Amino acid sequence: MTRFIPARETILGGAILVLLLLISSRFAGFVAPSNLANVFNDTAPLIILALGQMVVILTRCIDLSVAANLALTGMAVAMINVAMPGLPIPVIIAIAVLLGAVMGAINGVLVWKLAIPPIVVTLGTMTIFRGIIFLISDGKWVNSHEMSPAFTDFPRIVLLGLPVLSWAAIITIILFGIMMARTQFGRSIFAVGGNPHAAVYTGIDVGKTQFWAFVVSGALAGLTGYLWVSRFAVAYVDIAGGFELEVVAACVIGGISIAGGIGSVGGAVLGAIFLGVVKNALPVVNISPFWQLAISGSAILIAVAFNARAGRNKGRIILKEAEATQ
Amino acid sequence: MTDATQTRHVPDRLNSRAARIFKSWEALLLAVAIAIFVINSFASPYFLSAWNLSDATFNFTEKAMIAFAMALLIISGEIDLSVASIIALASTAMGLALQYGAGTSELVIIGLTVGVLCGAFNGFFVTVLGLPSIVVTIGTMSLFRGISFIILGDDAFRGYPASFSWFGQGYIYWVFTVEMLLFVIIAIIYGVLLHKTNFGRAVYAIGNNPTGALFSGIRVQRVKFILFLLTGLMSGIAAVCLTSRLGSTRPSIATGMELEVVTMVVLGGVNILGGSGTIPGVVIAAFVMGLVTFGLGLLNVPGIVMSIFIGLLLIGVIALPRLWAMAAARRKT
Amino acid sequence: MVSMDMITKTFPGVKALDEVKLDLYPGQVTALVGENGAGKSTTVKILTGIYQPNGGTIRIDDAPVSFASPNDAAKAGITAIHQETVLFDELSVAENIYIGHAPRTRFGLIDTAEMHRSAAKLLTDIGAPFSSHTQLRDLGIANKHLVAIARALSVDARVVIMDEPTAALSHKEIEELYELVETLKSQGKAILFISHKFDEIFRIADRYTVFRDGAFVGDGRINDISEGDLVTMMVGRSVDQIFPQSTHDVGDEVLKIVGYEHPTEFADINFTLKKGEILGFYGLVGAGRSEFMQALFGITKPSKGVCQVNGDIKVIRSPADAVSNGIVYVPEDRGKQGAIIGLPIFQNITLPSLGKTSRSGFLKLAEEFKLAREYSQRLDLRAASLDQDVGNLSGGNQQKVVIAKWLATQPQVIILDEPTKGIDIGSKAAVHEFMSELAAQGLSVIMVSSEIPEIIGMSDRVIVMRDGRIAAELTKDELSPETLVRHAAGITSDGAAA
Repeated sequence: MTRFIPARETILGGAILVLLLLISSRFAGFVAPSNLANVFNDTAPLIILALGQMVVILTRCIDLSVAANLALTGMAVAMINVAMPGLPIPVIIAIAVLLGAVMGAINGVLVWKLAIPPIVVTLGTMTIFRGIIFLISDGKWVNSHEMSPAFTDFPRIVLLGLPVLSWAAIITIILFGIMMARTQFGRSIFAVGGNPHAAVYTGIDVGKTQFWAFVVSGALAGLTGYLWVSRFAVAYVDIAGGFELEVVAACVIGGISIAGGIGSVGGAVLGAIFLGVVKNALPVVNISPFWQLAISGSAILIAVAFNARAGRNKGRIILKEAEATQ
Repeated sequence: MTDATQTRHVPDRLNSRAARIFKSWEALLLAVAIAIFVINSFASPYFLSAWNLSDATFNFTEKAMIAFAMALLIISGEIDLSVASIIALASTAMGLALQYGAGTSELVIIGLTVGVLCGAFNGFFVTVLGLPSIVVTIGTMSLFRGISFIILGDDAFRGYPASFSWFGQGYIYWVFTVEMLLFVIIAIIYGVLLHKTNFGRAVYAIGNNPTGALFSGIRVQRVKFILFLLTGLMSGIAAVCLTSRLGSTRPSIATGMELEVVTMVVLGGVNILGGSGTIPGVVIAAFVMGLVTFGLGLLNVPGIVMSIFIGLLLIGVIALPRLWAMAAARRKT
Repeated sequence: MVSMDMITKTFPGVKALDEVKLDLYPGQVTALVGENGAGKSTTVKILTGIYQPNGGTIRIDDAPVSFASPNDAAKAGITAIHQETVLFDELSVAENIYIGHAPRTRFGLIDTAEMHRSAAKLLTDIGAPFSSHTQLRDLGIANKHLVAIARALSVDARVVIMDEPTAALSHKEIEELYELVETLKSQGKAILFISHKFDEIFRIADRYTVFRDGAFVGDGRINDISEGDLVTMMVGRSVDQIFPQSTHDVGDEVLKIVGYEHPTEFADINFTLKKGEILGFYGLVGAGRSEFMQALFGITKPSKGVCQVNGDIKVIRSPADAVSNGIVYVPEDRGKQGAIIGLPIFQNITLPSLGKTSRSGFLKLAEEFKLAREYSQRLDLRAASLDQDVGNLSGGNQQKVVIAKWLATQPQVIILDEPTKGIDIGSKAAVHEFMSELAAQGLSVIMVSSEIPEIIGMSDRVIVMRDGRIAAELTKDELSPETLVRHAAGITSDGAAA
């Protein structure tokens, strides 16, 4: 009668609400709609990347190269912008997504065709991508004054009260909601991670599904690369350094099982928002931002311990079955 | 029972020891190391200098100390991504103790103790609560370093006593450093532990088949817990060396080192999925990585570009044998 | 409609199917009968495209076909309800039914509304008491089976394979399944029905095909054969299979189990085991025999109960405790729980005995090889060298390594869980002979087996388990196939289920 136990997402959503209530009891301004919109906007890149990472983790893989992918794409589009300031933004975005997807495909091919463990592949590509940024940029920064105004302003354009960056996250959430629930690919992802053995019986190609998961994750990292660089109006080798761990943390906190097959779009989004709220609340409640790292670390440990307890395998139950038959 | 004289004789071994060594991953790696050494000595006139080579060993000695313990952990099917953060926390604890007037011996004891405690913390989550080590140590990676940030913020601890600098800056004899000595001693200890003891055998058994090992009467969780303790202890030792060498503690100390340690282990021929690998392999891998870094450094290649080589090395060493096998299989059919 | 002819399938070291034939007819239920290891599951996997045969032809409506993948078999209209439910816990019932062939909207998205509508209809048709929106993980085993059946029906298959569909079902659910089978028959579908239970074969099958040890034995109409004849065909060799004559004497009590109980798996287990005795444990698959043995060996913990070894109470919390008290366990799942594949033979053999072959924790290879050599000779192990990976051995030889590993610890009690499952006849005989020798040397043996001839041929005494409890304890004189089956299935003398 697992129905009586609230879903993972409900618990996490509740935790975020409690957190907001606690903060608002002392700093009412934090929960003002405009501030919450700011928090959401600030968390948008994390949400987008967490969704990509979710797909990869669901298929029993992990992508540690997302932050390096983001930085490399960001640097590439920034340099393209400097070289060709007239290039329209949609083209820039298309290039970013494509470039990210290609990097994801490299990860995917190595996992699919050569069966190299994903953690090794993405550890390797993570350092390679970072190195390539240095090679193409010669270690120099691309600063805001070098970028075209159109390039840097785009994520800040306000539509219906929210900046484009926020809309990018919202659209990604909606697209993922549809993809995971309503497409063959989305269902295959759960099947591959939940029961690879059965997936084969059902005619699903496990390796190929993992490949496409990496492509999706890479494409989103590419998109975020442009948004990141244009929002902060600067590109250099180390942008988003270590951000891959925050992305994985968002997924783990959101209840996505590292063993694959268990997780939801809502969970990944809430996991990211939880981290976003904590990060934005710390300065407000006068706690040093240096606490952030320890808090997200503790949140990962609590979340994984909690989810493991909730999802512990019950195994075969001979006696109860027998009683039920009598 | 059948008569012993009639029973089929099963030989102990088919391949001679020499044949096995010759065909091994370690032999290939050693060839690579020698090649790099030769190329380097031609590429830069400064390479073949005893003092330069001695300096170069700092590139890998601290990482290798952790890599030996990590090798055992990975062979057993687990991983610890928090090692660099353990260094940060242990170093911060030493810095803190320094503020209260701790002397060199207390500093070392505190560094090692914090390392072991961190290992125990990881081990508890993995072996007692049964959680996947990759997630647990991603969590503690943030937590341990996070605590350092809380304590230190933007500050740094300085002013370590002169006698403390011996560990990271001292020389035993001529160009031979204290760290080199530690590296050799630790390599021998782990080589013996993994290859010559019952404990090492249990590590291999667990890595190949944890259920089978449990069903063979091995105390699987206890062995794994000890491995986490050892990894913590090695991180503590590395923290002492690194802090001593740098003479200061910042919370960002050793950032990203966990990846280099894992790369070293995998490059050394340890299967990331567990079950196989050797300490000599990790030793050679340490030299390979040290030589590559040093050689490229002499050619004024920046550190970040070297990481491309390290990344390619990591993927290449695993991908090439598989590509080779696939090509061979295709030729057969 | 579907016929398999001269189908052969070999795995490294084992010939799973040897030129077998199997014919299925529309509107008829064909029962595939055979013991464990007869090749039934392999047949199913070939028909569903998971394995490709090494030889022979499959014909559908007289046209030869070959299935390169499960998709090909599905397209040809063959669907299977597998023994282990191959479903996805995290998906809803409707998604499980339609994964891979869900109805689409104009935009190519999955039409959830339509999917749930059709799923609900299928579920109503088979009388399933749950909604199509239910998460699969919230269903019990019986209901999961219904989902698997609904999935089979959803593809509009012409051939439905049911691999032990009633193994986990209650009496009432089985009746409902029979009705369902009748419905499928009336729709003209060909049904391949795999079962161990004779009552159900005679109840619903129209035809039978018998396999034994991977070979075709015979087929025909079910009305033309008696139950006894079918048993003889199935276990045929049991008549001429020679079990070693037991000449050993049974000694003092070695092991005494009082009131072993587990919250979910078994209850009220009491028995004693004497020196030099072979105690058989019989029961249907899922009767709780292995679960109890694993508790006895310290893998799982019983909630209650006392274990006495040689009269002393011992607390067994882990396999290490069990081994040190002289109790060892040769598991059924050789690949996962028995042999450590990846380690060489000699290291497998010495693993639990390292304390003896080493000095203060340091390995002594010469001692290890000596011990491994001794026991591999005793068991007549066939291998290229002791340094070879145990994974390269055949099933029978792997089993010998696992047994050698335990004998090297010089135990008092050895538990053998399905010791001859899936190994060739030659190795089987060797294992039986060896078991008998061990008992003669004073070792106490507990043998869990689902093979009736083996249980009758080897045991001094048999305990029959049913639904996690001891159903009967039989002496050697009381043993007969009928008695065993009756107690295991809970059939009283008038034939009704208890």
